[in-house]
Amino acid sequence: MSCGRMENRILSYVDGRLKESERLEVEKHLASCPACELRVNEFRAVSGLLDELAVIAPSPAFDVRVRALVAAEPVKQSWWAQFALSPRVAMAGALLALCVLWVGLRPSVNPATEAEINQNMPVLENYDVLSNFEPLTDLPAPVAADEQPQQDDANQTNQQM
Amino acid sequence: MARSDVQLMLDVKAGDEQSFELLLHRYRSPLVNFLYRMVRNREQAEDLAQEVFLRVYRARAEYVPSAKFTTWLFRIATNLALNSVRDTRHQRMEISLDAPLTADSEEGDERPLDAADQHPNIEQHLVAQARSKMIRHAIEKLPEKQRAAVLLHKYQELDYNEIAKILECSESALKSLLFRAYEALRVELAPLVAQQAKQ
Repeated sequence: MSCGRMENRILSYVDGRLKESERLEVEKHLASCPACELRVNEFRAVSGLLDELAVIAPSPAFDVRVRALVAAEPVKQSWWAQFALSPRVAMAGALLALCVLWVGLRPSVNPATEAEINQNMPVLENYDVLSNFEPLTDLPAPVAADEQPQQDDANQTNQQM
Repeated sequence: MARSDVQLMLDVKAGDEQSFELLLHRYRSPLVNFLYRMVRNREQAEDLAQEVFLRVYRARAEYVPSAKFTTWLFRIATNLALNSVRDTRHQRMEISLDAPLTADSEEGDERPLDAADQHPNIEQHLVAQARSKMIRHAIEKLPEKQRAAVLLHKYQELDYNEIAKILECSESALKSLLFRAYEALRVELAPLVAQQAKQ
């Protein structure tokens, strides 16, 4: 192994994270390379010095502030959640569906109803014809004011009699 | 048995707020320390750590456990820290030029838990303080990406593969980055390294 290849392995070796075969390869190189051996020792020393750094404790208010930030977050519903019904609405919907089903499946109480409808069909047909009858649209609309003088004439006639 | 990070996050996604509390409890200290060592300002580090947790919470609905939870968490933290360092670089340069040479505004922030037991007399305590200060400054002098790599490697003990994903580089590039960072630290801390190597 060359000194250049040690660059990528030296820390893993110091950390003890190398595979057995790689570790043996590194140790073989170190046995014949005082410069790399010195560097390994110095990296170990650096690692030991970094261990000396003290830790800080989060301030007592830290958790409180995080909780406050989280509590201030708007309640976010998923896309599907908007279709989710509350129990009351679901119950009302179910009752409504049952009613519709009951009405739909109920046996016909008045057998004459259908005959009546058939009987009225020509009337309905005539109504359609009349409402769409083109010559009727040309007629002037009946005016209530026209009827007033006729009524007055009739009243005068009655008084004369 | 303790639930895994991924399971906790999936529970948060399902609406379990208590699982978010567990994640907060599990990662607040590593995150605050990582960010503190990145930005060198306690208040700013806590603000950034809060932002990380908020982003995690906001992303809960879209969370898919495609990678380790820590990879995702520290990727958010690293991006926030790198942006913050770049944004405040100019400001920090002005402050350090104006500040007296002996001033260290962050001196009181780090509290070794057993300092009294480790350093029974004042002289030893002062020596230890000077060493800590030197180490902190050496880390601070590293370029941002190298600093992030060292912190994730040394203090979070993440795999190379995981750190490479966080820093969005190849594993080989990461090893090269770490090598250069350790080289820089070795030079910067030469007097301490020589002492340490003798022991």
